[in-house]
Amino acid sequence: MATDFPSGSRQEDVVIDARGLTKRYREHTVVRHIDFSIRRGRCFGFLGPNGAGKTTTLRMILGLSPMDAGRLRVFGQAMPRGGRRVRRRTGVVPQLDNLDPDFTVAENLRVYGSYFGLSASVLAPRIRRLLEFVELQDRAGTRIGTLSGGMQRRLTIARALINDPELVVLDEPTTGLDPQVRHMIWGRLRELIRQGKTLLLTTHYMEEAERLCDELVVMEHGRILVQGSPRALIREHVEPEVLEIRARRERVSAALGELPDCRRERVGDTEYCYCEDARPVVARLERDPGLVFLHRPANLEDVFLRLTGRELRE
Amino acid sequence: MSRDWRPPRFHRAALAVWRRNALVWRRLIAPSLVINFGEPFLYLLGLGYGLGLFIGTMADMPYLTFLASGIICASAMNTASFEGMFSVYTRMVPQKTYDAMMASPLEVDDIMAGEWLWCATKSLISASAILLVAALLGAVQGWQALWVLPILFLVGLCFAGPAMAMSAFAPGYDFFNYYLTLIITPMFILSGVFYPVSALPEALQRAVQFLPLTHAVALVRPLVAGQPSTGVGLHLAVLAAWAVAGFYLAVVLVRRRLVV
Repeated sequence: MATDFPSGSRQEDVVIDARGLTKRYREHTVVRHIDFSIRRGRCFGFLGPNGAGKTTTLRMILGLSPMDAGRLRVFGQAMPRGGRRVRRRTGVVPQLDNLDPDFTVAENLRVYGSYFGLSASVLAPRIRRLLEFVELQDRAGTRIGTLSGGMQRRLTIARALINDPELVVLDEPTTGLDPQVRHMIWGRLRELIRQGKTLLLTTHYMEEAERLCDELVVMEHGRILVQGSPRALIREHVEPEVLEIRARRERVSAALGELPDCRRERVGDTEYCYCEDARPVVARLERDPGLVFLHRPANLEDVFLRLTGRELRE
Repeated sequence: MSRDWRPPRFHRAALAVWRRNALVWRRLIAPSLVINFGEPFLYLLGLGYGLGLFIGTMADMPYLTFLASGIICASAMNTASFEGMFSVYTRMVPQKTYDAMMASPLEVDDIMAGEWLWCATKSLISASAILLVAALLGAVQGWQALWVLPILFLVGLCFAGPAMAMSAFAPGYDFFNYYLTLIITPMFILSGVFYPVSALPEALQRAVQFLPLTHAVALVRPLVAGQPSTGVGLHLAVLAAWAVAGFYLAVVLVRRRLVV
């Protein structure tokens, strides 16, 4: 049994453990025999293009979707049977806000708390704290319909915390939000990690995963392609430095000449050069004064595109 | 797709779903009460007095009493059916209220139990309003008529189940027109609301004995008119059977829609 868990972790440190997890919708297999293990107090990310199986995996973790094969334990409970007990200790931020439009901000939290069987006396101080946490304390009496998208998202996050959960599951928490709100939400999520909560998030913003996740998996077509920390994945899968050159192929080739150790990839009007050491390349590019290029360190997006390819997903 | 046929199991948390709906209803209490009181008032005044003038008595009671006792039952049926279809569907599909609930410890069975009780509560509210209007118009013969209230709660449970089952496989709101036109409207016309079932052709008389509204009217009418009740056990058993079967079907179908 002990070999099921990552080395150095004790069994009680593992909040979620999945072995051979599989989900089919009719003849279509959306999650194919995946293994992962999530430790307490960490932020774990699921990355992948649309349709990779991320949301389905979250639904299985919450006991909302029975699996077709494999074994899944959450807080030591066998799923999906332990769903109710698991959700009692979990907060969920769904992909699409489903706040109750018939209620005000504070009523949304109060009514949602009642689904957990929490009494009014427990809820009152908690709602005040949570509204401060997401900076909505001045909006307690506002109807949902008049809130901006960013405010609704922040309220949804507050709602997910109403039961003081140990595990918080977030499905694309910042999709469609402006940069100010995204940064504010990232700060709050880091605060939750500091408080010792375990975070599980899906995203296709690589920047978000790099900033928040201690560990992540990249999924595609229901499979886990790779697993590791953002840094380790970048180190393992792409060269450390990237040059993006906005110019025609012939012009780039003329400027670079014969350069070894530089992997080139073309997407539309841009040439991507991945290299171990960019200095000699930059020196050559600078000889062509009109050439527009960007020199940056490799990031998770490069790993992601390397692994999942560049064709569009619909 | 595998179907979960297990009998419904629900917890006290189901009451939180009922309370949520009650809280929303309290918000909209003014328009709801206008509908609850206004509609039966028009029916009873217009049809009861108007037709009553020509008809006089029916089944040994003033036509206004006859009609009022029928309308009370039809209103309980309509209220539970509309709530179980349009409101439940709204919360299940476009509004995603159930998705939010299911991320809490609530399960489909709890949500459906809360909705079922809420639909019946709304039936009770509308039936109470009509009973009050009928009493003010002098159509209610005695205090024993208050017994119709628990009966109409049961009538609400009886019609809420099938309506919620329709919601569970409706692709959109238009779908409910089939159920309303093919099931609810014929029942409204054939189950003894406007005239005694005994006026129907014999084959039809036998057929309407399977319809729950017929039994609801048979229970409620003597209580409103102050006449002796007959066959109470059978009528209650039919209503209870419909209530349990409809609720069970709704739970199984909503599980299939939401737990995938």
